[in-house]
Amino acid sequence: MRKAFCDSLLETAEKDESVILITNDLGFSVLEPFEQKFAKRFLNVGVAEQNMIGVAAGLALSAKKVFVYSIVPFVTMRCFEQIRNDICSANLPVVLVGVGGGLSYGTAGLTHHSLNDIAIMRSLPNMEVFCPGDPAETRAVMAYLAISQNPAYLRIGKGNDPMVYEKTPDFTPGKAILLQDGSDISIFATGNILWNAREAAKILGQTGLSVRLLSMPSVKPIDEEAIHKASRETKAIFSIEEHSIIGGLGGAVAETVAEYKDAKPFFARIGFPDSFCKEVGSQEYLRQAYGLSAQAIAERVQNLIKGIL
Amino acid sequence: MDYSSLAKQIRQNIVRMAFLAKNSHVACALSCADILTVLYFGILSIDPKNPQGPRDRSILSKGHAASALYATLAQRGFFPAEVLDSYCKDGGMLPGHCTKDCVPGVEVSTGSLGHGLSIGAGMALAEKRGNGKERVFVLLSDGECDEGALWEAALFASHHELDNLVAIVDYNKFQGFGKTSDILNLEPFQEKWEGFGWAVVSVDGHNYEELERALKAIPQEQRKPTVLVAHTINGKGVSYMENKLEWHYKSPNEEQYQQALEEIRSL
Repeated sequence: MRKAFCDSLLETAEKDESVILITNDLGFSVLEPFEQKFAKRFLNVGVAEQNMIGVAAGLALSAKKVFVYSIVPFVTMRCFEQIRNDICSANLPVVLVGVGGGLSYGTAGLTHHSLNDIAIMRSLPNMEVFCPGDPAETRAVMAYLAISQNPAYLRIGKGNDPMVYEKTPDFTPGKAILLQDGSDISIFATGNILWNAREAAKILGQTGLSVRLLSMPSVKPIDEEAIHKASRETKAIFSIEEHSIIGGLGGAVAETVAEYKDAKPFFARIGFPDSFCKEVGSQEYLRQAYGLSAQAIAERVQNLIKGIL
Repeated sequence: MDYSSLAKQIRQNIVRMAFLAKNSHVACALSCADILTVLYFGILSIDPKNPQGPRDRSILSKGHAASALYATLAQRGFFPAEVLDSYCKDGGMLPGHCTKDCVPGVEVSTGSLGHGLSIGAGMALAEKRGNGKERVFVLLSDGECDEGALWEAALFASHHELDNLVAIVDYNKFQGFGKTSDILNLEPFQEKWEGFGWAVVSVDGHNYEELERALKAIPQEQRKPTVLVAHTINGKGVSYMENKLEWHYKSPNEEQYQQALEEIRSL
């Protein structure tokens, strides 16, 4: 996803001279093509994230379109108040790009994990939150961000995220992407766990279950219509994300389901528990440990729907 | 320019706003009133009739002194003076801390300390890279200089040689619980800015000639941002407020209000 982002950004910068890329001294061996091509539009602010966001706001207030690139915690949490006051309250065209969604930086340890970012970014007025599920979705979201004038948070994986799509899907903010239709249960998945969600849907399909699978690259705005429809047409709804079960996609879907008066499906969140991940291991290892492998997701769903279907 | 008369009017409005709103932060608004007067009437290239046009930018990073900025902007013609009476009133236009575009001329939302210099640095950088001529002025409080983010911005501004960026510290020597020297000592202050690569000028923040001379000589050094360390008196102009911590929190009663107006008029 990182490469898809960088390629898209280069294309955007070619077309739009106001585009500036800022980093807090991260992105070594990734951002060089941009730096070499657009030296005057590349800015490494050093290891100073609060200043980074303030500077981004100042540039945006001077008619620049700003992309800020870092590892998730450093571009969302370290500088949260600057994002709230300087970017969002002024409704500036600044895109925060967080690399390493979920457990992408598994072995790096909990300081580098991103399991709360969707929740906090989603809470900010004016902020749009996009979590593409693979490189193709990343390109699709970037096509929108290239022309958007809103504050946005783009949460991507790292390198080597598997391709879910064969070609770039259609993307509209606030719209889910239907990957497969079904009538028994609905699964809403966001971000880099999408591949596992799809594999889990396949496993469930093999047991005879009719599974509707929707990808949610747009967490805010959320596709309420798709959630309402799933509430009416299927008996159980599941959210899947590599993020805390508190406040992320699960929170957004839960709010929508709970406020919908025409149908009351069973609903459950599948994600990371409300805890810090202190185990050491790769993303794959940690997914296994926390029930986020495709097999574990499928088994969890099977257990939860006993007695419902 | 008759700075003295203008500043008297601005000070009276600051005290009036604190009185009507039963709000405070009045002493630290009075301490920067002369700085704002010189800045808005003698230095900034701005047009109240075209507040979004090409212009010098000014950010009140010490957003809690919003009443001083509002009074100055009204005096400069950005909006009618009657609007000042709605300060902190239900349904009014003027919140207790600066909110971007609440009235014309308020460029940035401030009130959380340590944000303004970074935003100003971003604006200054955009000008530099676009070969623009606009300058950016950021008014800081001394207590605000406790903030780490401010020093991130200070480092950034000198690294990028932003000689179109000017910080002015309203060094009134007070912060929330008492004297800055007792709570978190800033000294040696001037040396800190110099160490961060800034051109530093120390001025009496109530002396119009000194302020004007320093602000007309921007940049003080080529390829360096400038900081004015403006030594001021907290509550300047109202005897019972001067150097009294409590006027960070209290608002004047009727009698105190009338006394304050009299004292300001006779300055």
